[in-house]
Amino acid sequence: MLSIAIAIAFAMMTLAQLLNLYRLFKGPSLPDRILALDTMYINSIALFVLLGIFFDTTTYFEAALIVAVMGFISTVATSKYLMRGDIVE
Amino acid sequence: MLIVEIIVSFFLLLGAFFALAGSIGLYRLKDFFTRLHGPTKATTLGVGSMAVASAIYFSFHLEGISLHEVLITFFLFVTAPISAHFLAKAARHQRIHEDKGHPDSD
Repeated sequence: MLSIAIAIAFAMMTLAQLLNLYRLFKGPSLPDRILALDTMYINSIALFVLLGIFFDTTTYFEAALIVAVMGFISTVATSKYLMRGDIVE
Repeated sequence: MLIVEIIVSFFLLLGAFFALAGSIGLYRLKDFFTRLHGPTKATTLGVGSMAVASAIYFSFHLEGISLHEVLITFFLFVTAPISAHFLAKAARHQRIHEDKGHPDSD
């Protein structure tokens, strides 16, 4: 039963990543692309968590945590660049 | 052990549903300031729910309880409003809504 749920969740997360990729390529403005990239970071955390349950190992936890921290920092840095034209003033 | 599988499956499917709903919102909504709501609320809730599912699964499959997945949930719930705030400020600075008859664009 858990294997069926993991397969369905993998399919839904892959579809979500494809929708994010469409917005990343199409997005009319720059904040749209940053938002799509941030959503791809968060969905990749979900994919790492799913891989950890699927392979029954806790190795992917650190990767998920690092992706979470780096995604937040990159989103804040690129938004700051759009606002000010500079990241650290 | 079956009840644990049912609970973990429920949280996994709930999380995948909310993450997919956020991405569909990012795909379909028509304005940037409406598109901002899908990923920052629904996707955060979905990925947090999947991390909770992972915490429940590893609490019953390894020895001892496993709470470090809750760290990811906590971090996402803290940082999602901050990044949404920065993105909204960047979008206002880019003036991307001033030609669409938006209420703010007189």
